[in-house]
Amino acid sequence: MTGDAGAEAMKGNAPAQLEVRGVTKAFPGCLANDDISFRIEPGEIHALLGENGAGKSTLVKIIYGVLQADQGDLIWEGKPVTIHSPHDAREMGVGLVFQHFSLFETMTVLENIALAMNDVRDMAVLRQKVIEVEKTYGLPLDPDRHVYTLSVGERQRIEIVRCLLQNPKLLILDEPTSVLTPQEVEKLFETLRRLADEGCAILYISHKLHEVKALCQRATVLRGGKVVGGCDPREETAKSMAEMMIGQKLTAPDRGKQREFGDVRLDVTDLSLISDEQFGTHLKNINLKVRGGEIMGVAGVAGNGQNELFQALAGETEHEAAPDSIKIDGKSVAHFGPRRRRRLGAAFVPEERNGHGAVPDMSLSENGFLTAFRRMALAARGLIREVPTRSFADNIIKTFDVRTTGAGAEAGSLSGGNLQKFIVGREILQDPGVLVISQPTWGVDAGAASAIHQALLDLAAKGTAVLVISQDLDEIFAICDSVVVMSEGKMSKPRPMADVSIEEIGLLMGGLHDLEGNATPANDMEETGGRVGQA
Amino acid sequence: MVRLEPRRQHSQAMVYLSPVLAIFMTLVVGGIIFAFMGKNPFDALYTFFILPINNSYGISELFVKATPLVIIAVGLAMGFRANVWNIGAEGQLTMGAIFGGGLALYFHDSESALLLPAMFVLGAIGGAFWASIPALLRTKFNANEILTSLMLTYVATLFLSFLVHGPWRNPEGFNFPESRPFPDAGLLPIIYDGTRVHLGTAIAVFVVIAGWLLLSKSVIGFQLRVVGKAPQAARHVGFRQKRMVWFTLLLGGALAGLAGLFEVSGPIGQLQPQISPGYGFTAIIVAFLGRLHPVGILFGGLIMALTYLGGELAQITLGLPNAVTGLFQGILLFFLLACDVLTKYRIRFGSIAAKGRTA
Amino acid sequence: MEWLVPFILTVITASTPLLLAASGELVTEKSGVLNLGVEGMMLVGAIAGFAVTASSGSAILGILAAVVAGVLMSLIFAFLTLSLMANQVATGLALTIFGIGFSALVGSKFVGFAIDPLPALSIPGISAIPVIGPILFGQDFLVYLSIAVVIGVGWFLAKSRAGLVLKAVGDSHHSAHAIGYSVIKIRYLATMFGGAMAGLGGAYLSLSYTPMWAENMTAGRGWIALALVVFATWRPGRLLAGAYMFGLISVMQLHAQGAGIHVPSQFMSMLPYLATVIVLVIISSDRAKIRLNAPACIGQAFRPAQ
Repeated sequence: MTGDAGAEAMKGNAPAQLEVRGVTKAFPGCLANDDISFRIEPGEIHALLGENGAGKSTLVKIIYGVLQADQGDLIWEGKPVTIHSPHDAREMGVGLVFQHFSLFETMTVLENIALAMNDVRDMAVLRQKVIEVEKTYGLPLDPDRHVYTLSVGERQRIEIVRCLLQNPKLLILDEPTSVLTPQEVEKLFETLRRLADEGCAILYISHKLHEVKALCQRATVLRGGKVVGGCDPREETAKSMAEMMIGQKLTAPDRGKQREFGDVRLDVTDLSLISDEQFGTHLKNINLKVRGGEIMGVAGVAGNGQNELFQALAGETEHEAAPDSIKIDGKSVAHFGPRRRRRLGAAFVPEERNGHGAVPDMSLSENGFLTAFRRMALAARGLIREVPTRSFADNIIKTFDVRTTGAGAEAGSLSGGNLQKFIVGREILQDPGVLVISQPTWGVDAGAASAIHQALLDLAAKGTAVLVISQDLDEIFAICDSVVVMSEGKMSKPRPMADVSIEEIGLLMGGLHDLEGNATPANDMEETGGRVGQA
Repeated sequence: MVRLEPRRQHSQAMVYLSPVLAIFMTLVVGGIIFAFMGKNPFDALYTFFILPINNSYGISELFVKATPLVIIAVGLAMGFRANVWNIGAEGQLTMGAIFGGGLALYFHDSESALLLPAMFVLGAIGGAFWASIPALLRTKFNANEILTSLMLTYVATLFLSFLVHGPWRNPEGFNFPESRPFPDAGLLPIIYDGTRVHLGTAIAVFVVIAGWLLLSKSVIGFQLRVVGKAPQAARHVGFRQKRMVWFTLLLGGALAGLAGLFEVSGPIGQLQPQISPGYGFTAIIVAFLGRLHPVGILFGGLIMALTYLGGELAQITLGLPNAVTGLFQGILLFFLLACDVLTKYRIRFGSIAAKGRTA
Repeated sequence: MEWLVPFILTVITASTPLLLAASGELVTEKSGVLNLGVEGMMLVGAIAGFAVTASSGSAILGILAAVVAGVLMSLIFAFLTLSLMANQVATGLALTIFGIGFSALVGSKFVGFAIDPLPALSIPGISAIPVIGPILFGQDFLVYLSIAVVIGVGWFLAKSRAGLVLKAVGDSHHSAHAIGYSVIKIRYLATMFGGAMAGLGGAYLSLSYTPMWAENMTAGRGWIALALVVFATWRPGRLLAGAYMFGLISVMQLHAQGAGIHVPSQFMSMLPYLATVIVLVIISSDRAKIRLNAPACIGQAFRPAQ
């Protein structure tokens, strides 16, 4: 691994690039960082591991000056510092590549870069520098293009170039690869290794253990706000690191005995649809057939048409699909709105809990009513039936172990995992024939995630056709029977899970549909050994 | 250092408490303003808020004044909850008065018992028609309904002015810009002898009850609330926003039109250039004062009516300009909005080690 | 052609208050804040300007007072919506209702007063040139200021770094915050600028257009200014054109009688309002253009995520 020599040479003599000592930060109701201490050496690629909610984001915000620690110190090149703002952080030499890009859509690449830099006098000079950096590190970008026209990978390049222009000594990357294809990931790693060789320290935040193993020399593991361990990823397995993160032994979900697949229940034929969004992805000739009892996974990096597909299936789009392009249990539903589709026994769980899957300001009782009132007969003569509505919500809470004060609690007061359990439970208890679910366990803690996966498997066992749209390949490998890949609005042919490897999926995600890969079993599966949670 | 910290759940207590707090703060500021104007604050506040309802006639006047406010505000509140901002209630009120009043003028010799109900219907239609224009412009052309409904208010007022100065001017009326007085069959009957409390007031109570049922118990009320709080969730389950825009604007317009008709066939008895001292705008405040809930609006309407009565009385006895009423109303709305924050957030004084911003 | 010069002069004077108020609101909206209180701020500016000028005899003091009054009004709005995160639509309406009442109250003492109108520029020799003279060189200070403001705003947004940052805040307040810009502070400043301009627009009405005070004398111009910002799709160049177009429409009523058009005066008075509706419809229906030019965060409260 490159960057190693640099790190080795510097250890012991020079001070650490950054030392975090006893950092503590509390928010109302939660202790986000609890006495955190670790060091990052110059030229070292250091991973920060942890599940969602472990405290990684808070720590990064403290290092970047967005937040101030309640207690503890930050020691930069041997001297204690206070970082009051991102401006200060940049001044010192810290660069941050954000997880959710902090870009301005209607502005150009050059303007976006200028905004993130401390000292920009002359745009012409900046333009020159940008072009130089792009050439040196192999990150091509047109300075005058508007951001909304760029792909996700290109947007990330802007974030990286922004940081590089400030000559960082510590570069922090927050979940950088969740939106990249495996091939783009490799390119990113080349850039990072090169930077490390030049002496830049890198703090790499991720939950993707294979990547951490491939890239990093050291890792600090956070759990529940505390540091629970450090290790050298090169000497660990993905499974052992996952166990450090979660703190318990991993078990794969119970897939039950091999399920029999019934008739095709969700039938999508040559679905082509213009996106409602101005710069969205248009769907092109989507074909998929999900049988009763089958769980089909739709893999793919975000932004390739998954939202458009979900909305087309749920009936939310303004543009209408061609007749007969979508059929549920044999009935053509393309011209039906969401109500009629649900009446036919279809159920949907969107990606976004807050504001799409549930209304945060309304009670769980009302949120239950929201999608179920027709199918579960919760209304009569235009009026809401209070008692059956309440017991439906109570039933969901009990069956799916939703931790809450009761059906009267506001949906917004539940934690992510609990709200997701409620929403998934709400759909499952309606006894659907077809379930389309997007990002089932995004931002959900491991316990809830595993419960949701089990619930989906159990649902399929009863004969429901389940379509899972997910960016998390681990998840797809864990519960799906077959997989398709979406790229740029197109869909690959379905492959049974057993026949496909992560490499192949990666290539398909990159748009190479015609490639006939050799069927190799997924080696990575053994290492991972099951769910590792998601940030 | 004072901070705002989000609550995990909306505070039920503050939902009821914040209007009370707002009223109290308005009184305090009002007292200060009176003092500035050289009047004894306590005398002035007494004149404004206690004196008008010192006797039973005063209380009856309170109900009379509150009637249009409550009727209009119930309609507006439905819209506000669905994120449909009907600011043109004043214009819809005017058109309702024109439509319904026009019928009364056409049949100015009639003694039919059907005249009044027919006027009700036309009043509602007139208001609904005027509100349908912003509804159409929003659903078809994406034009902001705040601006369109407001512009139409000016148009409606000018149209009324044209009518009473011109074609509808009372031929037997000494050339004043006003219409004939409505026939008896076209006037709202008084339902409480000795007062001006008319049928419209009873109908207002009915509107409150119906509004409450609609909002809390009906499926369409549920749809309305979801559309306002989470438009994406609404689309996800098939609650169409366009339908809500039409529904709330037509409902709000019809109610405003009805209120306008009640004014001209009740206390006023004819058409004039000025038929409302800004009820359409004050109703907006009433809607917020009542937390966008019909029952709250009933109380809010009474309180606002009190400010109107108080303003009139203060003008006569203390020589205060009428504008004080508008000022009070504006201040009350400010405090309402400010106190509303407390339902979603808690006030916290700076903690020990927190430096700088909290993200 | 006798009527042309006076006609153009009335167009200029009718457009100026709109231009001032709309320029201010454009900056405010570009930062992501929707301030519907323009009408109220203009009225308070109008009375402040009039009252101080009438009491002190100095128009300069009056203009300054109008600016201060507008800024103070906008601060009330800013505090409620930016610091307390109240709903921007409701708060803007509250500001207008308050402004109407407050200005009427203060103004009740000044009804019937007379003051000298703002002096017109007069450059010996040049101002006397027929046609061009009075039009270009015979206006009062606020007219020239209004043109300067709109040009200044245009330059500010297109060329300056501060303008870039302002646009960024309106485009994505979360991204701006993540990079380290103080979203709230920038929005406060943008709102205050809007208040200052609205105050000036109101002052123009009471000090120059019709040098007197009457209750509610803005007659909806604040609302028209809001519509103008949408019409201009938030671009200063188009704002200038739009303001003058509206000025033109509003004076048609004055000249119609003279031109022999016999329509009842009320219908002529309706023209500006109807024109506003039509213009809004035309611009708003081009959803693509709106989405591209409207500040994406407009009207949304900024709540820093934990």
